[in-house]
Amino acid sequence: MHFDPNKMITIKIDGIPVTVPSGTKIIDAAAKIGIKIPSLCHHPDLNVRAFCRVCLVEDTWSRRLKTACNNVVDECGDVFTNTPRVREARKTVLELILANHPQDCLSCPKSGKCELQTLAQEYNLRENPFDSVFTRVPKQLDNPAIVRDMSKCVRCGRCVEACQNVQGTNAIGYHHRSVDFNIGTAFNNPLNSTACVLCGQCVAACPVGALNEKDDTEKVWDAIHDPNKHVVVQVAPAVRVAIGDDFGLPKGSVATGSMVAAMRKLGFDKVFDTNFAADLTIMEEGTELLHRIQNGGTLPMITSCSPGWVNYVEKTYPDMMPNLSTCKSPQQMFGAIAKTYYAEKNNIPKENMVVVSIMPCVAKKYECARPEMNDSGVQDVDYVLTTRELAKMIRTRGLDLAKMPEEEFDNPLGLASGAGAIFGTSGGVMEAALRSVYEMVTGKQAGDLDFVGVRGHEAIKEASLDLNGTTVKVAVTSGLKNAKVLLDKIRAGEADYHFIEVMCCPGGCVGGGGQPFRTTAAIKEKRMDGLYKVDMKSTYRQSHKNPEIHKLYEDFLGEPNGHKSHELLHTHYTQREVK
Amino acid sequence: MSKAVSLLTKRVGKINPQSVEDYVSMGGFEGLKKALTMEPMAIIDEMLEATLLGRGGAAYPAGKKWKQLYNIEGSPKYIVCNGDEGEPGTFKDKILLRDDPMSVIEGMAIAGYVFGANDGYIYIRGEYRLIQAAFKESIEACKKAGFLGENILGSGWNYDIHVVSGAGAYVCGENSALLNSIEAQTGRPRIKPPHLAEVGLFSKPTLVNNVESFADVPLIVNMGGKAFYELGSEGDGGTKLVSICGNVNNRVVAEVGLGHVTLRDLIYDEEFGGGIPEGKELKFFHMGGQSGPIGFPEQLDTPYTAKALKKEGLSIGSGALVVLDEDMCIIDYLLKVCEFFIHESCGKCVPCREGNKQVHNILTKFKNGVATEADLELLQRLSRTMTTASFCGLGQAACTALDCCIKHRRAEFEAHMRGECPHCFPKE
Repeated sequence: MHFDPNKMITIKIDGIPVTVPSGTKIIDAAAKIGIKIPSLCHHPDLNVRAFCRVCLVEDTWSRRLKTACNNVVDECGDVFTNTPRVREARKTVLELILANHPQDCLSCPKSGKCELQTLAQEYNLRENPFDSVFTRVPKQLDNPAIVRDMSKCVRCGRCVEACQNVQGTNAIGYHHRSVDFNIGTAFNNPLNSTACVLCGQCVAACPVGALNEKDDTEKVWDAIHDPNKHVVVQVAPAVRVAIGDDFGLPKGSVATGSMVAAMRKLGFDKVFDTNFAADLTIMEEGTELLHRIQNGGTLPMITSCSPGWVNYVEKTYPDMMPNLSTCKSPQQMFGAIAKTYYAEKNNIPKENMVVVSIMPCVAKKYECARPEMNDSGVQDVDYVLTTRELAKMIRTRGLDLAKMPEEEFDNPLGLASGAGAIFGTSGGVMEAALRSVYEMVTGKQAGDLDFVGVRGHEAIKEASLDLNGTTVKVAVTSGLKNAKVLLDKIRAGEADYHFIEVMCCPGGCVGGGGQPFRTTAAIKEKRMDGLYKVDMKSTYRQSHKNPEIHKLYEDFLGEPNGHKSHELLHTHYTQREVK
Repeated sequence: MSKAVSLLTKRVGKINPQSVEDYVSMGGFEGLKKALTMEPMAIIDEMLEATLLGRGGAAYPAGKKWKQLYNIEGSPKYIVCNGDEGEPGTFKDKILLRDDPMSVIEGMAIAGYVFGANDGYIYIRGEYRLIQAAFKESIEACKKAGFLGENILGSGWNYDIHVVSGAGAYVCGENSALLNSIEAQTGRPRIKPPHLAEVGLFSKPTLVNNVESFADVPLIVNMGGKAFYELGSEGDGGTKLVSICGNVNNRVVAEVGLGHVTLRDLIYDEEFGGGIPEGKELKFFHMGGQSGPIGFPEQLDTPYTAKALKKEGLSIGSGALVVLDEDMCIIDYLLKVCEFFIHESCGKCVPCREGNKQVHNILTKFKNGVATEADLELLQRLSRTMTTASFCGLGQAACTALDCCIKHRRAEFEAHMRGECPHCFPKE
């Protein structure tokens, strides 16, 4: 706050001059000249805490070593990042961490992705001179989405930062001190009984194996190999632009075709697209919005695609549940349609059908198990896998995504518009809705289908649209801390929006809690670009132009918000107690 | 001739601590009255000339700290008095807080005037419950008499002092943890930058000084910085309160001119420590609390002043002087020091949380006679890392005592490797 970012500072790092704005952290200045300073608790998108003390450097002003993550270029002399003192201290700190860490990399789900493991290799740590002081505590398996194995926690605080300062949910925090210092829920209550929304941003932030999604891959393998089961898979929009991360493709690569091919090789009977269900969502949600506007319904209407967000409203803002659209999320609409429309059409008993979802999300694991989500008569979606779990299955199967041929989705639940594709990014649901709603009301196509005002990753985006003389005001936000700002405004009567899109995770599903590890804001942006590319290349760019959607209404549903739609595609919300 | 001084402690035991009348009758509030006639910068100049090295332990020049804060824009500014006095063996602030609280109030008021503050906070350690209550009474008495509160001495300036306390965590003596504790946050040190002078209490520019430092302020204003400086020597101005305890005949708080006595005087003179009971030999002494250095008999003739002590690898720190006699095993003692840090670490940074535990492990090997030369080397590497890499002063200083012992009494460590120590391995 007291550094002037317009003032440039030049310092020398390892003898190389680098010029950066005042207030720049040493770690970022070093990165600029290609010197990576190792760190464990540092994450470019999270507030700095300087807990781990790995990113030590030496400088000519200070008697002590400095941590590069929090010290600024204004307050240091010449910096040296690889002196014997630096190496010794970094190594000792790492050995101290390892002496209190289980040595079970072989069976750790984070192996290969673990930042501590990487550092241990980089620092050539072989035999630890310190005696192990590690004690195992039981894994916490108290919810359907997130597994917490606190034995592996290195207390770096990244999860707390994500929970408290990115999401503002405050489900977890720091407890006790010294050797008992740990991270957990208040009074160690089960995670799902707290304000936790199961967004998994803590999982995404964790550098080690302490936090993971609940693994469901073995169950999916069992289903695939069960000859009596017809196993269909749907894949969410944001997965196709992220899965490549785990196979060395450039960040943000659109891997739709090769991903479809790989999923077919895994043995799924049909490979469908959640984007199709996103188009369906627009039909239902757009109609619901117009109905609310025209009939004095509760406004603003707020999107309900994001299960973490729905959890948040139910737990923290239950008085605003009437503002939530009654539409199910695309994943759940897909499940309900797959086990009715698709099953009937193909004469498959729904009891023999298994619907698997590939989602960039861990909260979806909770969503599919909600008691409301069995409108087909059985559980609509059986298993949810994260992007990471899909990548794991592809590796298990011995497939290289980069070498897969391009294949198409199966039909009828595989054809989607570009509007469905952009559901995966913040602003996408809004843009998709506007593209269709405008036409539904005015009878003409919007001159420009790109509503760029709602794109990007700013905290809160606003736009307005003239619908036959009625100005419709919309807002878009992502990340619960930002959403809270909007909700408080609405509560206080300070906002007059008609429609708000909220995605639980910052940036939307491209930054979901189930996406490949080591995601950063910069990577999320590339994924956003990827989704807009998919949109641009799509034959149809408006949900209501999707011919398979038309067919679904003609053959099965009747009309949007009609009787059958309400039965299968809409839901209700319940206030949930928070401990 | 007596080497003891009675300046800071002149009212101790002679007045009713909660009586403004008593305090004023012995020169109280003269400093504040004078200060109100002075320009703030003139007071800071006196502080600079006084060369008052902060009495909390870090010995940062108070005048310099004041000048830095003075040049920082922003308001309100807050005055915070660190009365956490958590260093074991330190009980000199207690004497001031209990027996002459108004000297601290006066010093805080002068600081308030200098920085145009309207609120001061004094953080009195959790264990001083009775003192907290009495201190509040003193504040009320000062308000009634017009030395605090609204329109102080007709100057139009308002200033109040609030008494706050934590639950007694040692780490809350670290200034930024202390501010967190005042703000009702968890008492863990804050990340820097930003520095407290800029972003301190309630994110406002803040001055944090020790109890004794504030009590020195009225003296400095009254007698002038130069006269105050001359009470001490060698760039270390004023008098100093020393709490002497452990294996000594007199467990006392002594006031001495800095540099005018030696460590030997403090331990052996009748008016100070009075020597070691039962005629035993001095084994070592621990200065400035658990985070301070350990000294040995061959260093006894060092003058008690920052510069001379530094040459010996010693320091005043909090002003504690804990004396240990020949019956104390160094390893046993270091284990106790280590247990203290294990108990008091906030736990958020790796070197302190994990390091102290490992120091304890290795020292235990010495205690059990199973340590090797490699363990001694590892201990030193660990100490270097903790000292240089810990987040705050607590972890950085946790190995100070250990380092002194390895440096001066390596032989005792080596003897333990061989299973030789009359205390740890008594011969039947």
